[in-house]
Amino acid sequence: MENDRIDQIVDKHQGEASSLIQVLLEIQSENHWLPKRALERVSVKLQVPLTRIQHIATFYKAFSLVPKGRHEIHLCMGTACHVRGATRILDTVQDVTGIKPGETDLDLKFSLETVNCLGCCALGPVMEVDGKTHGKMAPGETADVLKNYE
Amino acid sequence: MPRIDSPADLEKLRKSILSQRDPDKPCITLCSGSACHATGSGKVAESIEEEVKKQGLRDEVDIRKTGCHGFCERGPIIVIHPEEICYFQITPEDVPEIVSQTIKEKKVIERLLYTDPDTNEKIIHESEIPFYKNQKRLVFGSNGSIDPKSIDDYLAIGGYSALAKALSGMSAEQVLEEVKKSNLRGRGGGGFPAGRKWEGSRNAPEETKYVIVNADEGDPGAYMDRSLLEGNPHSILEGCTIGAYAIGSHEGYIYVRQEYPLAVENVNIAIKMAEEYGFLGKNILGSGFDFTVRVHRGAGAFVCGESTALMTALEGRVGEPRSKYIRSNIKGLWGMPSVLNNVETWANVPLIINKGADWFTQFGTDGSKGTKIFSLVGKITNTGLVEVPMGMSLKDIIYKIGGGIPGGKKFKAVQTGGPSGGCIPDELLDLEVGFDELTKAGSMMGSGGMIVMDEDTCMVDVARYFIDFLTDESCGKCVPCREGLGQMRKILTKITEGKGKEGDIKLLEELSEVAKEASLCALGTSAPNPFLSTVRYFRDEYEAHIQEKRCPALSCKELITFHIDPAKCQACMICKKKCPAEAVDGGKKKIHVIDQEKCTKCGTCFEVCPSRFSAVTKISGEPVPSPIPEEERIITRKSKANE
Repeated sequence: MENDRIDQIVDKHQGEASSLIQVLLEIQSENHWLPKRALERVSVKLQVPLTRIQHIATFYKAFSLVPKGRHEIHLCMGTACHVRGATRILDTVQDVTGIKPGETDLDLKFSLETVNCLGCCALGPVMEVDGKTHGKMAPGETADVLKNYE
Repeated sequence: MPRIDSPADLEKLRKSILSQRDPDKPCITLCSGSACHATGSGKVAESIEEEVKKQGLRDEVDIRKTGCHGFCERGPIIVIHPEEICYFQITPEDVPEIVSQTIKEKKVIERLLYTDPDTNEKIIHESEIPFYKNQKRLVFGSNGSIDPKSIDDYLAIGGYSALAKALSGMSAEQVLEEVKKSNLRGRGGGGFPAGRKWEGSRNAPEETKYVIVNADEGDPGAYMDRSLLEGNPHSILEGCTIGAYAIGSHEGYIYVRQEYPLAVENVNIAIKMAEEYGFLGKNILGSGFDFTVRVHRGAGAFVCGESTALMTALEGRVGEPRSKYIRSNIKGLWGMPSVLNNVETWANVPLIINKGADWFTQFGTDGSKGTKIFSLVGKITNTGLVEVPMGMSLKDIIYKIGGGIPGGKKFKAVQTGGPSGGCIPDELLDLEVGFDELTKAGSMMGSGGMIVMDEDTCMVDVARYFIDFLTDESCGKCVPCREGLGQMRKILTKITEGKGKEGDIKLLEELSEVAKEASLCALGTSAPNPFLSTVRYFRDEYEAHIQEKRCPALSCKELITFHIDPAKCQACMICKKKCPAEAVDGGKKKIHVIDQEKCTKCGTCFEVCPSRFSAVTKISGEPVPSPIPEEERIITRKSKANE
C-alpha cells in the first residue's frame, strides 16, 4: 500500500491519535492485511508509538498481520450454528482446505476464520465465502461449495 | 432541504409528507435486513423493480426496502400494503405473478401465504400469524414499514416528535424524571436503571459529558441491536439526543461492530440526514441545544461490549476493562461523565417521552417494565426476532411464538443471556421473563439471546462451548478470568472427550467460585454461569460423561460411534456415495458397514440414510456390535428370489 494512500486515510480522520483504530480498519479493508511498512507510516503520521499500534493490531480480531488468501472463508461458530452442527462443518472445511482457523494456505487460495455470529441464525450452520452466505450447510455440501473456488 | 427550526415547522413538514402519500396506493415492502439479504432479498428487490417497470406500474406502486421484519425463518418476506398481504420465502421467479396477480388484480396467491402448522389454514395478514400475533412490538414494530435510508419515512410515522416535545415543552430535569419514573432498565445485559445512570452524569460537576450508544453486539446468536440499527436508525439517534439533553451532553458516540456493515452504512446515512434537517448539530429545532454524534467502528473484540472496555476502545486504545471503583457515568470516556446505554435502551426513550412513563409501566412486571426483544434461535421452528412484554412466560415465547421444536424432537433447555448466561430446563419453562426472574434461575437477561436446545444437544458440550468462547475473548488483564477460564476449558474439553476424572465437577465448581469473586469485569464474574447452570440442572449428563464415558445426547464426537444396523440396511448406496471419508464398505445388495478406522464421525451417513430405513444409528457408552459375517451381507430380495 502506497504511503500517499495511507496519508489520505489518516488525514480523513483529522490525524487524531484517537482515530487509530478507525485508520487501521480502513487500511485493513482496502489492503486485506496490515503490512509492517504501513504500520510504520501510521505511527509517524499519528505520532503513536509502533508498539501501541502492534498491541492494537494483535488485540482486535479484524486485523491481520499476514497476507490473506484470494478467498476468505468465514465460518459462523455462533451458538445457534453450534447447536445445529457448526463443528462438523469446521471439520470439513479444515479437511478440504488443509488449514485451521486463522491460517492461509501456501497457494494463497483460502483464508479461514471462525466468527462468533453472522446474525443469520435462521440459516444455521452458516458459511460465508467472500461475503456470499451459504446457509443450512451439511458436511457434503460444504465440500461441494468449496470446490467451486479457484 | 431547509433546516427545521421549530417544533411547528416539524409538524408542518410531517403534514406535507403525509399529504403526498396516498394510503390506498399499493406499496410493496420487502425485508432487506442482513438475514433476508443472505436468503436472496437483494435479487428479489431487483426483480420487483424490473417487473413493476415491465408491467407499466412504475407510478402506481411504491417499493420500499425495509429493515428486518423479524421472521427470519421465512425470509425473504414481502408485505403488500394497504391490504397487508404477507408472502414468505419469495424468489425472483415469484415476482411476475405477484405483480400481475396481487398488485394488478388484487388476487391473493395462496401458495406464498403462511400456512398455520396446526390448522393447515392459510393466513393472509401479518398480524394474524401466530408468530406476530402474540408479540407486543412497541420498539421493533416500525422496522417493517419504513425505509431506514429515508428520514421522511421516519417522520411519517411520527419520528422526532419526542425530541421536539422534550426540547420545547420539558426541562432537562423533567425528561430525566420521566425516564426515572418509567423504570427503564438497561437492555444490554446489566439491567441497571437508565434514569439513575443518567442522573449520576447529570449531577457530575464536569462541563463535558458524553452519551454513548453501545452497539457492540457480540453475543453469538443475538442480533436485535443490529436489526434496530439497520432498520430504524433514527429512533436510536432520537433517543440518544433526548438522553444528551437530559444530562447536558453535547457529544455522542455510536460504537458499532465493523462486522455489521449495513448497520454502519444506515446509521451514517441517518446521521447525515438528521444533521441536514437540524435534528442533530447546532441549535436543534431552534431550542439552543447542540449535539453531535460520531460513529466508531469496533474492530472485533467481545470484551468491548463491556462499558469501560468500550470507552478505552473509543479512545483509540486496546479495549481492556478497568475496575469500577468510580462508575463510568461519573468518570468515563476521557475521564468525563459518560452515559452508555444499549441500542434497544435508547430506542425505548422516544416512546417513553412521547407516551409518558405511565403508559410505559403498564407493560411488564414489577421489577422489569416495558418490552424486550429476544432473538429466538437454535432448535426452534420459527427462528427470528420477537418482542414481548416483560413477564411473558418462556413457554409462551417458545411454543406460541416460536412454534416449538422442529422435527418432533423433545425440548431440553433454553439458553438465555449470551455466553455468560445460563441454561433453563424444561421444568422451569413457566418462568416469566424479567431481569430478576432470570437471574434467580441461574441465568440472566443479557442482551436477549434465546437459544433453544433439544434432546440432541449435549449440555456438557454447551458449557464447554461457552467457556471456550469466553476464554478466547478474555482480554487477559486479570488472572482469575485469564487462567481460571483456561483451566475450566481444559477440564470441560477432557470431559467431552471421555477423559474426565472423578472430582472434575468439584474442581470446576471451585474455579467458578474464584472467577466469580475475583474477576475484574462482568465478563469474568459471569463467565462460570454456563457451567454452573448446566451442572445445576443437568448434573446427570456430566456424570454420564465422566463415569460411563457416555454422551446421553449422542453428540460428543469422541464418545460416539456410527453404526449401520444390518437388519435395517437396504444397501441403497446413498451413505456410501455421500461419505466424505469413504468409510462405508458395501455395494448394491451388499449390506453396508462403516470402517471405524476411517470414520471421521461427521454424521453424513446418519443424515442421508432415508428415514424409512433409519439404519444408521449412534452408539455411546457401549461397544460397537461386531460386523456380521461376509456371506450374510448379501441381500436377496424375496420378490426377486421367487422369480
